[in-house]
Amino acid sequence: MKNMKFFTEGLIRSNPTFVLVLGTCPTLAVTTAAINGIGMGAATTFVLVCSNLLIAALKNFIPDKVRIAAFILIIASFVTVVDLVMKAFTPDLYNTLGIFIPLIVVNCIILGRAEAFAQKNKVLPAILDGLGMGIGFTLAITLLASIRELLGNGSIFDIKLVGDNVSTILLFILPPGAFITYGYLIAIMNRLKSRFSS
Amino acid sequence: MAKLESSLMNMVLSLFVISLVMAAALGFVYNITKEPIAEAIKAKEVNAIKEVLPPFDNDPVSTITDIEGLSFYKATMGGEIVGYAAKTYTDKGYSGRFDLMVGFLPDGTINKTVVLQQKETPGLGNNILQPKFSDQFKNINIANLNDQLLSVKKDGGTIDAISAATISSRAYCDGIQKAYNAFITNYVNKPTDSVDMNTGDSESDVLSDTTTNAESKESKGGRK
Repeated sequence: MKNMKFFTEGLIRSNPTFVLVLGTCPTLAVTTAAINGIGMGAATTFVLVCSNLLIAALKNFIPDKVRIAAFILIIASFVTVVDLVMKAFTPDLYNTLGIFIPLIVVNCIILGRAEAFAQKNKVLPAILDGLGMGIGFTLAITLLASIRELLGNGSIFDIKLVGDNVSTILLFILPPGAFITYGYLIAIMNRLKSRFSS
Repeated sequence: MAKLESSLMNMVLSLFVISLVMAAALGFVYNITKEPIAEAIKAKEVNAIKEVLPPFDNDPVSTITDIEGLSFYKATMGGEIVGYAAKTYTDKGYSGRFDLMVGFLPDGTINKTVVLQQKETPGLGNNILQPKFSDQFKNINIANLNDQLLSVKKDGGTIDAISAATISSRAYCDGIQKAYNAFITNYVNKPTDSVDMNTGDSESDVLSDTTTNAESKESKGGRK
């Protein structure tokens, strides 16, 4: 039961996107369509769980002074695995996410969790932490992407929700729209959090 | 087990072992995914050819011909040529190169176009994938256009550019234009040796060419 806490931590209370504000590059860049959010989230979750597992298992074998290099090595390998597997089995999703799959290597959430959690904990908590953080990230960017897709393109998951002649707010698909939506979502999260804690 | 000390030996050893294991794992995954990746790419190409051309019953991939850096595929139905598919590209995209497949009817009219691979901005440039944009190219014969150039309305052409993605729209036109130019010079305006081209004939053509060349050289040499 105590282990469940590691899992739920990443979902809301320490949500990597809204509370820790980590991994903002993919958060802002790929969230133009809801399906991208799911794909990116799933790929990141896989890498996060695998790298947390391996780093927790190898923590005594990695000397402190080269730990960052070792972490990057492990993370980059898993990202390459995801890259190859997606190219082979989900070529359509791979084409839409394009360059952002290799860029998971430099996602701060993954290195951050390796450094702050996995290298100090046992394997099981590390896996649960990775899973919780990954799902928290997926939910957050899918929410952000859905809002942007709805306002900017009039659809969610490519399902048109407004008529063809309704003009949408293109700004929300463009980079400034990402910052605006992200800012409002963080504000709402903070408001909810302060209400619950008081 | 206590944590390894950060001595030079330990650091080198640990990094070496990790990279070795990871490299082996990557090699393993690469081997597994190599074939599915190649198949996915080929399937995409065959599907794209099917999509851009009228129905055909031969295997166009085996008729691949390289012209000016583009690949042309011939499609026939019961021996009759129904059209040619051209795999073309443009370097003028907002995010660099993207690949297109263009289907031409034998007279040079565009049948249909599809995007094979692109990395244009999601939500903006990648709207070139939407039928609303790409259907505009259907049934256009570039020979009948002003200046015989395919271009967006902003540049005086006939194509409605995607709003906020004029660069991607221009690039799309550029890719098709490139395919059209190669197609016209190599197929339509050279009906004798290109339209009926099949590998057997062209080989013997090459052979007879070289023999005549050799003969003429010899005869020249003889005269000297």
